[in-house]
Amino acid sequence: MQGVLATLPFMVMVAPFGLLFGVLGTEAGLPIQQVLAFSAVIIAGAAQFTALSLMEDAAPAIVVILTALAVNLRMAMYSATLAPFLGTAPFWQKAFMAYGLFDLNFLLADTKFRQATGWTAPQRAAYFSGTSVVIILAWVGATYVGTVVGQALPDWLALDFALPLTFLAMIAPSLRTIPHVVGALASVVFALAFAFVPFGLGLLIAAALAVILAAETERRLQ
Amino acid sequence: MIPPESTVWIIIAAIGLGSWVLRYSFMGLLGGRVLPAWVLRHLRYTAVAIIPGLIAPIVLFPPATGGVPDAPRLIAGCVVLAVGIATGKIFPALVAGVAALAVGLSI
Repeated sequence: MQGVLATLPFMVMVAPFGLLFGVLGTEAGLPIQQVLAFSAVIIAGAAQFTALSLMEDAAPAIVVILTALAVNLRMAMYSATLAPFLGTAPFWQKAFMAYGLFDLNFLLADTKFRQATGWTAPQRAAYFSGTSVVIILAWVGATYVGTVVGQALPDWLALDFALPLTFLAMIAPSLRTIPHVVGALASVVFALAFAFVPFGLGLLIAAALAVILAAETERRLQ
Repeated sequence: MIPPESTVWIIIAAIGLGSWVLRYSFMGLLGGRVLPAWVLRHLRYTAVAIIPGLIAPIVLFPPATGGVPDAPRLIAGCVVLAVGIATGKIFPALVAGVAALAVGLSI
């Protein structure tokens, strides 16, 4: 319950992105049930937008899948970070918490668990499950509203640019550390340089190089 | 153009399953153990390594203008970056960028 209450205020931030996915998915020509399935099955902001963008570029399915999963690789880092706090929960609960693991509740829980040192493992699992329930419902609900709104929006809204602006807004706040800036710049430069590589694979090559450069920068700065 | 409906279902299922495996991975299998620092160091930068490269071509050469660089869109992109870096928050950055785009396209 505490998890539910702690997460609610942030839904003001999460809902617009779910809504936007609903709008853009509908605009891209996906049937409503597929737009909703994206949100209900994948529950990830950036990965869904990535998949949508690549599908519109007519990238092959395997490239769409690999790139979206690469965007979600950071979820493995979240999972590893939360493992010491949540790793002892029963399987079904971990399975559910994993399903609802999102950038937002990771940040909330990581902060909370480090502060509330007296909490027991079941208390932490209950808190995290609460945040997951809110996020799953808000994400899918907002997407549904988006699919309805999307069909009613006028064309002059320049929706072609909503997706890039959303991505920029998601990335910009992280560009306050040098390794992140290096990673972002390398990503842009290599993505443009490898744009000639077929099947959208240039982006994956660029991403691999950018990750290595960013991590190496962090290591040298220590 | 988006792929046929059956392909999209496969894409949804594969990304969904793969994402769940990534999320469950360490929480489920490692129990309480911790990953080596160098692995975490690389995982930390996966999003920032992909997304800028994904959108750079769209921001610089928007398909909506036939790939010709477009001042309102470029300025809106810069506004989002500036506000996002200055405030450290996603939503104010997006609102500022949308406002800049709306103003830019109307003049």
